[in-house]
Amino acid sequence: MPSTLDPESAPGIAELGLWATVLRTDCVRMLAVAKSGHLDSSLSAADIVAALFYRVLRHDPKDPSWADRDRFVLSKGHAAPILYAALARHGYFPLADLMGLRKIGEHLQGHPDMGRTPGVEVSTGSLGQGLSMSLGVALAMDLDGREDQRVYCLMSDGDCQEGQSWEAATAACHFADRGGRRLTAIVDYNHLQTDGTTEQVMDIGDMRGKFAAFGWDSVEIDGHDMAAIVDALEATRGADRPAAIVCQTRKGRGVASMEGRFGFHGKPPTPEQAVEALEELEAKLASQMAELQLTRRGEEH
Amino acid sequence: MAGSGEPSATRNAYGAALLELGRDHAEVVALDADLSVSTQSAKFGAEFPDRFFNVGAAEANMMSIACGLAATGKRPYCSTFAIFATGRAYDQVRLGIAHNELPVRIAASHGGVSLGEDGASHQMIEDIALMRAMPRMQVIVPADYNQAYRVTLDSYTDDAPQYLRFGRPATPVVYDEVPAEIGDGADVLREGSDVSLIACGHMVWRALEAADRLQSEDGVSAEVVNVCVIKPIDSQTVLDSIAKTGVAVTAEEHRIVGGLSDAVRQVAAERHPVPIFAVGMGDEFGVSGTGEACMEHFGLTARGIADRAREALLLKPIVSHPPLHRPDWI
Repeated sequence: MPSTLDPESAPGIAELGLWATVLRTDCVRMLAVAKSGHLDSSLSAADIVAALFYRVLRHDPKDPSWADRDRFVLSKGHAAPILYAALARHGYFPLADLMGLRKIGEHLQGHPDMGRTPGVEVSTGSLGQGLSMSLGVALAMDLDGREDQRVYCLMSDGDCQEGQSWEAATAACHFADRGGRRLTAIVDYNHLQTDGTTEQVMDIGDMRGKFAAFGWDSVEIDGHDMAAIVDALEATRGADRPAAIVCQTRKGRGVASMEGRFGFHGKPPTPEQAVEALEELEAKLASQMAELQLTRRGEEH
Repeated sequence: MAGSGEPSATRNAYGAALLELGRDHAEVVALDADLSVSTQSAKFGAEFPDRFFNVGAAEANMMSIACGLAATGKRPYCSTFAIFATGRAYDQVRLGIAHNELPVRIAASHGGVSLGEDGASHQMIEDIALMRAMPRMQVIVPADYNQAYRVTLDSYTDDAPQYLRFGRPATPVVYDEVPAEIGDGADVLREGSDVSLIACGHMVWRALEAADRLQSEDGVSAEVVNVCVIKPIDSQTVLDSIAKTGVAVTAEEHRIVGGLSDAVRQVAAERHPVPIFAVGMGDEFGVSGTGEACMEHFGLTARGIADRAREALLLKPIVSHPPLHRPDWI
């Protein structure tokens, strides 16, 4: 029985925040060992991914091909480490596999590969394709007559610079009653890309307004406010139109030396940076654990 | 199964066979990008509107949607013109379909210059090369209506990604009826001993006509091989033919780079090198004109094939040699 289906046992906001920190530490460790990959792009999405995998998504790690599961598509495939961390923490594959990231002979590829890694629904990595792929999945769900099954597509600001994303946005509305309504697009709008800020390189401006203009239900939230993320994600279930959640985020979130700073895209942490980042995240984890215990004790009385 | 004795376009066979597949298999879905009348997928759309998705002029979107559908258990057939199926949507086909090894069929109509009047922007002459180079992608170019019908029907039973190339103009039939099977993908349509004419698609009936000309005008016995599956190529049939004749001409409505000619030359170079001349498009784009005028303009005709065969035959006594490769030696 998928744990996330039971509202009684669904983790609360504080616990989700703790899991986000766990996933962040996993990412730092993976990248420090791999010496390659996109750490800051993974960290900006950690809160969103934690909310999805620990609460919102209906999935069953014991049965990755469960027909009734929701689907998660990582359109920003370069943030693969955060997806791998979430999958490993749920038992789709052993945690130890995370240390094989980007290594020859291991299954964790630089970008998600559905043919190699359990739990990866579709291969991504070339920006702009994920929303279209997600729409195809959503259309198939309607053809199969499934009830209340959704597709969550996590996109980057770079994804939204690709024209194909807007072809998909148009088609999702056109096909809303044939499956498009099942789509939730989540934009991890961290405002930093390889060559600079999005404002410098190619300003995409009002992302929420753009999705709204394409006919989507569209909201903008703080992508590090766990309660807001959960509320926004849960509000999209049962919608009659595709829904976009534009998350204002900070690249490198949770690691002070990286957060919101240009120059880390696609660059792994040095050993010193990794140690510093892990100390910072573990301190955060300890305070979150303490807070969670206080909350639980409070609930008991 | 409705075969044709009259000249008919291979795209018409696709439309008819797709409809048959739709009736037999609920998981077959079809997608098009605002060209469904030209590609003939509209027939499927009329009978199965719930399983038909016209995405408008957005071919990249179509290919990635097909990826999502296939990843969720459907068997998508995507049709558009060859230029857009390959050139415009290459990366989408590459990552979403080929890399994932999903059972998506890319039905590309209007391949080559024989589409005529629309000219260079629409005349796709490097699609076979692009799709041959793509890992895990099969490349299939049927010769006539009847073979196109078989190719489309059989595509359902194969799990590999497939690129199917169809044409716009009515094409004389070379198979009297819908063949029972595609086999390994290459058929010897006419036996001969002096030169092999190895052709695909619209050039197959022209190669047969060229063989007639060579026989009547020069007394040359030409063997004609139709290579329908260009990747993976049936190297045994090709080797058997060139080992017998010692010299070959390939013919395709495509650039002579990367297509059938290179596929045949690769097989020959490794296993049995003989002179192989190519009929096809050089380092040039198409032009406007009627389809047949375009074919004439670029020498993609029976006469063009026969002339190349004559050139090749001049070389034969100089560079040809006894067969290095014989089936009974293996």
